[in-house]
Amino acid sequence: MNATIAYITFRGMLGRRRALLLFMLPAVLLLLAVALRITGNNDLNISTIVLQRFALTTLLPLLALIAGTGVIAPEIDDGQIMYILTKPIPRPVILLTKLAVAIALVVAFAVVPTLVAGLILTGGTAGLAAGFTVGTLVGGVAYCAVFVVLAVASRNAVTIGLLYALVWETLIGNFAPGARSLSIQQWSLSVTDAVSSASTVTSEVAFGLAAVLLVVVSVLGATLAAVRLRTLSVASAE
Amino acid sequence: MSVLELHQVSRWYGNVVAVNGISMTVGPGVTGLLGPNGAGKSTVIHMMGGFLAPSSGGVTLDGARIWKNPDVYRHIGLVPERESAYDFLTGWQFTLAMAKLHKLPQPGAAAQRALALVEMEPAKDRVIGTYSKGMKQRIKMASALVHDPPVLLLDEPFNGMDPRQRLQLMDLIRRMAAEGRTVLFSSHILEEVERLASHIEVMVAGRHAASGDFRAIRRLMTDRPHVFIVRSADDRRLASAIIADGSARSVQLSEGGLRVEAVDFRRFTWLLPQLAHKENVRLWEVSPADESLESVFSYLVAS
Repeated sequence: MNATIAYITFRGMLGRRRALLLFMLPAVLLLLAVALRITGNNDLNISTIVLQRFALTTLLPLLALIAGTGVIAPEIDDGQIMYILTKPIPRPVILLTKLAVAIALVVAFAVVPTLVAGLILTGGTAGLAAGFTVGTLVGGVAYCAVFVVLAVASRNAVTIGLLYALVWETLIGNFAPGARSLSIQQWSLSVTDAVSSASTVTSEVAFGLAAVLLVVVSVLGATLAAVRLRTLSVASAE
Repeated sequence: MSVLELHQVSRWYGNVVAVNGISMTVGPGVTGLLGPNGAGKSTVIHMMGGFLAPSSGGVTLDGARIWKNPDVYRHIGLVPERESAYDFLTGWQFTLAMAKLHKLPQPGAAAQRALALVEMEPAKDRVIGTYSKGMKQRIKMASALVHDPPVLLLDEPFNGMDPRQRLQLMDLIRRMAAEGRTVLFSSHILEEVERLASHIEVMVAGRHAASGDFRAIRRLMTDRPHVFIVRSADDRRLASAIIADGSARSVQLSEGGLRVEAVDFRRFTWLLPQLAHKENVRLWEVSPADESLESVFSYLVAS
């Protein structure tokens, strides 16, 4: 880890206009939770739907996409990455720092809001809030690793990431159950299921398999990204 | 004493060759890398800066391979061509961050020194996004100088600068060289290179066209056959006089005037008015037809 790189990256992420998105999405989740609580629509069933459909399936991948690509893709596009790469710092350190910043942002803007929304909705009932917190945390790490490697490998990282999250995980996963076993979303849900005792949470992937796959994807993503950064060729202005 | 060396370096993208078998040695002092746009100058600088692997051949700094070797950055300061630095940081924050990334023992003092070197202290607390082009170039210089590197690589440093900023930067580069550093900068403008560099490397279309002292290169460039377009009161008569004199290789008669290929630039420019006077032909226009840099360079490559 390198504190200076982390500082520049945080400044860059929170100073951009896209930072508004970082604040808006969790704000909607919290408002929704408060509204449901006030109107008394906070039984376990509805709470699960909100936490699963909104927090885990929508908020988490979108925020991870913004954070995971945002920590490095704009710098590669605009060439500022040169200022970091021209320093005697091993490339894996640079990459891990960027990844850590992305994860920190996802924790702050997706995991913590999920926890708060869960507590507002259900309190401690059936460990639902805890389950989704752990689920979004491990899912967030895996998503960030995948989106960071995409950002280092391709200029169309955001598009590819959106296609993966929306088309593969959500759309195809809805129609073709087989696709679900290859989706970070389902693995996170499996972890949530394991932590929470609520019967409203069901997952299709066995917990053991999900845990292994989450770790493999996270480690593989980070490693591939570090390797790719080692040989990153910075194109000239034209 | 730091020496950059390129040995038989080529770089291609797919089946496009950007740099073709270049060997050069860059030592202390100012070296200008001159060539038209698209000649492969940036590709060479990127390979020297470790951003691009040579497809074949070797790029070394004092014998150490540059590619995949982040340790060389202790000795290299690179000023990229692109204007964008971290626009949301102030000049001071940016320079200080660069000093910290170099893990210098006293980053604050180093940043202060670098800012003083480029005379950016008065503006150091402003956000980089508000800087003029010249100031951005200087803050980029400061970031490259913060660790006092023996080698400085500048990619098109004068682009977009006004004349005063240009002079300031030239002064700074001269000072860097006087301190014994190895400075290499790229440019597509002959005059810039001539005023600044004692040693010139010329690149054209990915190839190493010429190398040496700027006077030698200048001579190469002016001693080539020149093509002039001449319009006069009596083109036909003037043409026969030019042919008879022998200082032109060919004379072409056309609607728009005479197209004269002169063998000897000096002799022809001196001779033409005399001939016209003697033959009593009024000259209306004499203009060089191929003074574009590309044609000058392509002549160098062909020879």
